[in-house]
Amino acid sequence: MTLKLISIRNLMRRKGKAAFILAGLVVGVATVVGIFTFVEATTHDIAHKLEQYGANILIVPKTENLSLSYGGLSLGGVSFDLEEIRESELARLATIPNHRNIAAVGPIVLGVASVESRRMLLAGVDFKAAEILKPWWRVGGRFPQDDEVLLGAEAARALGLETGQGLSVNGRNLVVSGRIELTGSQDDQLAFLTLATAQQLFAKSGKISMVEVAALCKDCPIEDMVRQIAAVLPGAKVMAIQQVVKSRMEALAQFQKFSYGISAVVLFIGGLVVLVTMMGSVRERTEEIGIFRAVGFRRSHIMQVVFLEAGIISALAGVFGYGLGWASAAAALALSGDGHSGPVAFAPALALGAVVLALVLGLVATVYPAQMASRLDPNEALRAL
Amino acid sequence: MSYIVADQLGKSFGAGAAAVHAVSGLNFRIAPGEFVAIMGESGAGKSTLLGMLGAMNAPTTGRLHVDGIDVYALNPDRLADFRREYLGFVFQSFHLIPYLSVIENVMLPLAVSRQGSPEKRRRAQEALAEVGLGGKAGRLPGEISGGEKERVAVARAIVNEPPVLLADEPTGNLDSGNSREIMRMFQRLNASGMTVIMVTHSAECSGYAGRVMRLSDGRLKTDRRTAVSALRRAS
Repeated sequence: MTLKLISIRNLMRRKGKAAFILAGLVVGVATVVGIFTFVEATTHDIAHKLEQYGANILIVPKTENLSLSYGGLSLGGVSFDLEEIRESELARLATIPNHRNIAAVGPIVLGVASVESRRMLLAGVDFKAAEILKPWWRVGGRFPQDDEVLLGAEAARALGLETGQGLSVNGRNLVVSGRIELTGSQDDQLAFLTLATAQQLFAKSGKISMVEVAALCKDCPIEDMVRQIAAVLPGAKVMAIQQVVKSRMEALAQFQKFSYGISAVVLFIGGLVVLVTMMGSVRERTEEIGIFRAVGFRRSHIMQVVFLEAGIISALAGVFGYGLGWASAAAALALSGDGHSGPVAFAPALALGAVVLALVLGLVATVYPAQMASRLDPNEALRAL
Repeated sequence: MSYIVADQLGKSFGAGAAAVHAVSGLNFRIAPGEFVAIMGESGAGKSTLLGMLGAMNAPTTGRLHVDGIDVYALNPDRLADFRREYLGFVFQSFHLIPYLSVIENVMLPLAVSRQGSPEKRRRAQEALAEVGLGGKAGRLPGEISGGEKERVAVARAIVNEPPVLLADEPTGNLDSGNSREIMRMFQRLNASGMTVIMVTHSAECSGYAGRVMRLSDGRLKTDRRTAVSALRRAS
């Protein structure tokens, strides 16, 4: 006969109440585990997508004269007349410490050309990189090959050209391979060529005007990436598009705050369930506690019995709560259909955290009922029957 | 030699003119090994006195000494230890824990002792054998009769081998046959040296005691040994 045996027997006898407390704690812990797992997986997923959603680092030649507005952002200076970046120098990007965080490198050759008797801006781009850097592009037709051109929506309208029609650029005949649907950006005004075609047209062989870089910066400060790139490209100016980075991070932070706020509320309610149920249980057991005290149990022994009961239920709630939360997160991720692939992995640290959380919550919520039980006057308890 | 000494023991509820004096000015001494019956009408203060003797109901006046210990000067923890080491309780309504088996109920006072489980079980089995319930150790309280429950309560009270056994109307819920059985059990325990103090309404039960204290309106009216007692004890 031990205090532990008394606790276990009482739990077995009052299965309904034990189940109610267990359910309250399981819901609380499962919510936290579920949200935490979901948020972690989603954050990782969102971060991955956000990082791919366009460039967040821009590399331009050093200049003090002209400014370039791009995508509504002031991105610094570039001049077509200044010494341009050599394409071969871009290989150095693979040598920076955080090179694994680089998702795409998009070199651009800019130039003004005479197109069908109009002056317009042309951009030579790497279309493989553009798939990552410009995921919002909807192309009617296909990406161009050499001697082909992809027109922005406004450019196509102004020139009155359709896919398959020919046009003359600086006296060179090109064919329209496709048309980008309206984006609302500066891209609508441009004509896009392959990098090689643009370099030939503008006599910029092996040179590029600017570089867009998409960096996966969930786990690395963007400033570090900027410093590392600047170090390997001393002749260029490297800038982070801070607005993009900040908005990405703020969006994630807001999502996390909201989720953890909900978790805190559910946990608080779970704690209240334990508190109220344990208080009811103590009141029901007035006679029993009176007997314990009459046969010589100290107040601390009574508290031990109550805490042991709460501890056993809490530990179980931690295990079940982790399982339920994990399953809920996996189901939510599967149902959300946001492209999150692969099963949610078992996280030992989170499982341990769930058990510890359940124990802390259950035991803290039991402090008052345990004190109430220990303070019961044995004479009053037995006389009240 | 006096083992239990009540010195101006009193208990009041309320204050001022509205105060109710449940027990007042009780002075008595009980020697080791006495069998005392406390009698009186309802409301005479018997149960209040038993609660005070049981270290569960602090007096508002006076002092209680047991084995030289000023009982109510002890702190709450020591008072609990005192109950466990010195006293065994038998309640009228048994007060068994319904979800513990018979032997587990008997082991209850040992739950907080440092003895090993085999030793606790051995002592509980001895106590059950003492009350004639050795074969029902595994039953739950709901599976045994009223008389058997009372005997389990007695086994629980003596498992710690306390020097004093306190009983509150121990035969109140029993038929005459079971009542006699319990009284003979008390006599055997008393004969082995245990001090027995019993609250009872029953004149027949009080006849088993060597001393009868009669309370009225919270005061000790009579305190005497009886000839009937001697006859019953001899039988």
